[in-house]
Amino acid sequence: MSCLESLSSYGLRALGVGERLLPRSDITICDQVVLIGSGMMWNIYFTVLAMAFGFGLATVVALGKASPNRWLSAPANAFIFIFRGSPLFIQFFLFYEAFVLLPKLAGAVDLGFVEITLDTRWFTRAWLGALIVLFLNTSAYSAEIFYGALRNAPKGESEAADAIGMTGFRKFRRIVWPTMLRLAWPAYTNEAIFMGHATALVFFSGFPAWRQEGDALYYAKYFAENTYNPFIAYPIVAAYFMLLTLALIAIFGAVNRRLNRHLAPAARARLTFRPQLIR
Amino acid sequence: MGVEAAYPPFSFINEDGEVDGFERDLGDEICRRAELDCVWVTNDWESIIPNLVSGNYDAIIAAMTITPERDEVIDFTQEYYPPDPSSYIALAGAGEEVRTGVIAAAVSSVQAHYIVDSGATLVEFPSWDDTIAAVKNGEVDSVLADRGFLEDIVNESGDDIVFVGDDTTIGGGLGIGVRESDGELKDKLDAAIAAMKDDGALNALISKWFEGRENVY
Amino acid sequence: MMTCAEPSSLVGIDWWACYLTTGKHLSFYGSFGTVLMLLALAAPLILLLGIAGALARNARAAPLRWIGTGYTSMVRGVPDIVFFLFVPIALDQLFEYFRHRVLCPQATGPVWQGNDFIVCAEAKLPLSSAPQSIHDLYGFALALIAFTVVFGAFAANIIHGGLNAVPKGQLEAGEAVGMSRAQILRRIHLPQMWRYALPGLSNLWMILIKATPLLFLLGVEDIVYWAKELGGAKTSRYAYPHGDWRLGYFIALLAFYLLLTWLSEQVFARLTRRFSAGLAR
Repeated sequence: MSCLESLSSYGLRALGVGERLLPRSDITICDQVVLIGSGMMWNIYFTVLAMAFGFGLATVVALGKASPNRWLSAPANAFIFIFRGSPLFIQFFLFYEAFVLLPKLAGAVDLGFVEITLDTRWFTRAWLGALIVLFLNTSAYSAEIFYGALRNAPKGESEAADAIGMTGFRKFRRIVWPTMLRLAWPAYTNEAIFMGHATALVFFSGFPAWRQEGDALYYAKYFAENTYNPFIAYPIVAAYFMLLTLALIAIFGAVNRRLNRHLAPAARARLTFRPQLIR
Repeated sequence: MGVEAAYPPFSFINEDGEVDGFERDLGDEICRRAELDCVWVTNDWESIIPNLVSGNYDAIIAAMTITPERDEVIDFTQEYYPPDPSSYIALAGAGEEVRTGVIAAAVSSVQAHYIVDSGATLVEFPSWDDTIAAVKNGEVDSVLADRGFLEDIVNESGDDIVFVGDDTTIGGGLGIGVRESDGELKDKLDAAIAAMKDDGALNALISKWFEGRENVY
Repeated sequence: MMTCAEPSSLVGIDWWACYLTTGKHLSFYGSFGTVLMLLALAAPLILLLGIAGALARNARAAPLRWIGTGYTSMVRGVPDIVFFLFVPIALDQLFEYFRHRVLCPQATGPVWQGNDFIVCAEAKLPLSSAPQSIHDLYGFALALIAFTVVFGAFAANIIHGGLNAVPKGQLEAGEAVGMSRAQILRRIHLPQMWRYALPGLSNLWMILIKATPLLFLLGVEDIVYWAKELGGAKTSRYAYPHGDWRLGYFIALLAFYLLLTWLSEQVFARLTRRFSAGLAR
């Protein structure tokens, strides 16, 4: 089929929209590019949501770790150690097995104006289960980055805030947090890139693919196996991930410029493409 | 000889860490008859054909169904085992409706393609073990897999898991795969298989490993 | 004395004792050694490739700079799992192609015929007559190369950053006393670089540890392979039938990795203290 037909049939196939059957014979390069591209939607979905939710949890955990109170710092340390210390691949598998063991509960919570149905069945689906694992994983890594940034924050700023009577949440939101972000940003960018790459693992471990809807690597594997030729499918998926990486660098670079806008040009932390020294 | 060794009773790794099973016995016997010196190499399923094509080994004997798509890439000997029917299994109490419901299969297996063609909802798992676990905990309504693989599982599950409905036959029988350019090897293997069919040796092996299957050839 | 000859007659501790010492389980324990060996071999190779890459990026010759920058950018833009799926097959064919050219000069016909990759029998690597152990070794070597290529790029970036972080005064002092470029590099630049590169390299080591499960994708029988193999439900056709025990096996893997991580953290904490001695902070 022509390229336009491929696009219309398979453009959204990873979400279940379009041609139900995947191409089995006469597979063209257009088919591969379009279908693998549609799989990238899953990777982007995972990356964006895991990073978005993970940002909040990471901040909380970082504050916990920095706290002098042992009841807060010990759990924070344990959380960071477990999720940073074990491979993501194994985390996926363990969580999937654990989700599978959850009793098949279906309860309804009635809040009066809205009823929320809890269906534990959804946890074994990739869109929720894998997202939870990625969310926890990125929270742990990001928490460590934010903690390092908190430690490196210039004491002078904090003391000045105390001197004028700013305390608690206000001090945090106005003084501590922006500085922490600024110092952590280059390392956090690297974390975003790693997370983007890690999303390729989702359908490789325990999580199943429903109705043949998977991510980019899932479709690349499908093509590599059906055409018995890995030399087309895998470079295509590699190219898509390069684009994703470049997009992440561009977005995070823009944020970095905004965070550093108040500094003299020479003092700005340039967003260099290297794993962070703060961890 | 490339083998997957993860699919009893066709081939599996026994407690001593060696390749064992119907195909091990068959392969050894064929090699003896064809006067070939055979070395057994395990390989995972995904790369078993690409590695044959790349020359890592010379033949694949891994419960591989002869299909037209595969025939485009490699050549097959005549079949050494009849098309294994694929069966649906489900939790006890399920009826025929599972065949149009949510069905599990391993990624990129012939059963997966069959399920998609039949219009049911396919859930693909990385391995067959995962599919069995899924039907046991209710993730999916049923599993479609080779009957030979499922028989042991059904028998040992007590009454929890049962076969549902009739079997379907997908694709041709099982054959040994060789490179398309390796016609000589294919002829030798073919001759050995034909000889084993003629003098009943193949039937004997099949009966040994698969209960209830007599005089197939 | 109890023997393990009749597994079906064993119960309790005896069953466990025999089960945990079968040939398959011994392979499982051995595969931990495989993982550790990969790490031990990969680390120095990665450092070497990293230094080479970093120096290439700083080189005066433009083509060298392009190679350095291109290598690091490309490898870091693509998920390592994609590399691990692709590189071994590509490398395998590359090696065999060269051996074919060298060992079979009289062979005619194209090497790539349709889908088949035909080289003469002597050029195959490993030889198709080679036993399983040679195949395993070859798979391990390909995995080692794949890891080195991927992580060498990250190391090159870290070391490049470390090289840049060394105060310029140190290098200028070297020039002032008349050292050549090579001498400055060897005696001043590289030794000082380690102090600045250490945090990034320790981080990379942690990531390397956690990338080892991908070994099984490369066909190497590593701990993930054995955990899945041993943990999967076994019918009574096997000597030691059991249910689906993969959860238990994977928790054991988790413990192994946490232990390895914790040990590494202790080592790096010590190294950091040593390298920081004398630094005015």
